[in-house]
Amino acid sequence: MRKVFGRPNALTSAPTHYCPGCTHGIIHRVVAEVIDELGVLDRTIGIAPVGCAVLAYDYFNCDMIEASHGRAPAVATGVKRVLPDRVVFTYQGDGDLASIGMGEIVHAAARGENITVIFVNNTVYGMTGGQMAPTTVPGQRTTTSQSGRDISTAGYPIKVCELLATLGGAAYIARVSTTSPANVARAKRAVKKAFQTQLAGDGFAMVEFLSSCPTTWGMTPREALKWIDEHLEPYFPLGEFVSRGRAS
Amino acid sequence: MGEKVLMKGNEALAEAAIRAGCRYFFGYPITPQNEVPEYMSRRLPEVGGVFVQAESEVAASNMIYGAACAGARVMTSSSSPGISLMQEALSYIAGAELPCVVANIVRGGPGLGGIQPAQSDYLQATKGGGHGDYHLFVFGPGSVQEIVDITMEAFEIADRYRNPVMILSDGVLGQMMEPVEFPDHYEPGNIPKPWATTGAKGRPRNIITSLELDPVKLEQHNIALAEKYKKASQELTRHEEYMTEDADVVVVAYGTTARVARAAVDRARKAGVKAGLFRPISLYPFPSGALFDLATRAGAFLTVEMSMGQMVEDVRLAVNGTRPVHFYGRAGGMIPTTREVYGEICKVVEGRV
Repeated sequence: MRKVFGRPNALTSAPTHYCPGCTHGIIHRVVAEVIDELGVLDRTIGIAPVGCAVLAYDYFNCDMIEASHGRAPAVATGVKRVLPDRVVFTYQGDGDLASIGMGEIVHAAARGENITVIFVNNTVYGMTGGQMAPTTVPGQRTTTSQSGRDISTAGYPIKVCELLATLGGAAYIARVSTTSPANVARAKRAVKKAFQTQLAGDGFAMVEFLSSCPTTWGMTPREALKWIDEHLEPYFPLGEFVSRGRAS
Repeated sequence: MGEKVLMKGNEALAEAAIRAGCRYFFGYPITPQNEVPEYMSRRLPEVGGVFVQAESEVAASNMIYGAACAGARVMTSSSSPGISLMQEALSYIAGAELPCVVANIVRGGPGLGGIQPAQSDYLQATKGGGHGDYHLFVFGPGSVQEIVDITMEAFEIADRYRNPVMILSDGVLGQMMEPVEFPDHYEPGNIPKPWATTGAKGRPRNIITSLELDPVKLEQHNIALAEKYKKASQELTRHEEYMTEDADVVVVAYGTTARVARAAVDRARKAGVKAGLFRPISLYPFPSGALFDLATRAGAFLTVEMSMGQMVEDVRLAVNGTRPVHFYGRAGGMIPTTREVYGEICKVVEGRV
């Protein structure tokens, strides 16, 4: 018998704690497949965030570090400056990266830090129960914006790709989603480019995933994917924002 | 030892770190420690090292965390308000048991305070500083030469114990110039770091985390940390005594204040007053045992600090009520004078306190 589908070597066999329908599982798999295909698993160091992916170190089958909330890009900077020939990636949510860790991500990008960032944007603080995030869209209901995000008091969601694309150190910036097989395939190509950017020494690379949180959004998994397409994508357009490395 | 050179305390600290094998420095500007990052930015590239000016002390301390995870000898320096911002990372570093060295060139507080020397971060430095049940190992050098010696040893201690080490200096020690000698030949210790996250080639993967959701395991971790600190209290405590053999009053002071106190003790001796000096060098672990032993023969203690009374708590705990412990402090960047401390010694001897 020929094996046609299996678990990537870059994932452990541990069952994940993610909720049914959450796209973290797909995103983990996409990242793991890319690490496998590039053959860099034994020289990769991953940095886990605080948030839903806090236990990512149990799932990615490489050396892993658990960072404090928002600081993964600073931790990655420390690792990469000591070990420039290793592959270093961070895996962060929107509260972690775009709120408490905004300073760290902006300056890592500005320095052209040669790391790869996987940014999972589900527009809520999932782990803590679905509070408003810096990427919550106008009118979106969360546990701390119960009548919908009111931009007159809570301000506007932050478009991280567009923001980082203004920085000279950013070599590859893309936004993807996993709402269809075609989108997953595109996402994987983007993640591969983001890792190749690092391998080529071109500078900072980030892929933002529009992700679902059926549990805190109060939707079925299928409704949640549809909601990404209909409500998030218009605000956070998909595509490559920067692609100026040799790897591109 | 090599030839004597005249160096500023802050620059000597930076050079000592490089001699000890430190090749990575992540920092952020703040007075009065700027000579350290400036020196590092110039010297580290010469020796194949890396200097990064971080966007904040928060980021700098997390870069330290990352570099320590990668197995490097790494350090940062800052001053009081910046050190406060590093407490989060220091808690994680202590929790994950990573080695690193942090220099705090203390200035007056609270808040933005001032830029003049102080010792008002003693409690923050020695009692943990951030959240959770942990300690840094803290040393308070009293001269530029001692800054050099302690800094070089700090990296060995950090590696040996897998624990952050803090050097508690201040603006006086950092800015003043004194002759120093560096060892001619120094081989940095080569303690293996099989736990480091360097890529899992040829070995099982490593995970560095301070997260443990199982309370049984987290308690075990805290117990193990406490045992490490207990071991350190037997191995790392150090102090210096000056004219304490027959002293009626023993001044207890560290760092800059100990220099003033020593002059005051000399003055007292000239005036026929039997004064002595007990100078803690390790502030955590605190030399409690030696101080308790001294309490069996000394008449009384006078703690002198550039704070409103922080180390005096440890002195009182060590003496444990066996002798009176008095206190004299200046704060906010004011430095006690020899005359003031001499006056306080006289008050204690004459029973006027």
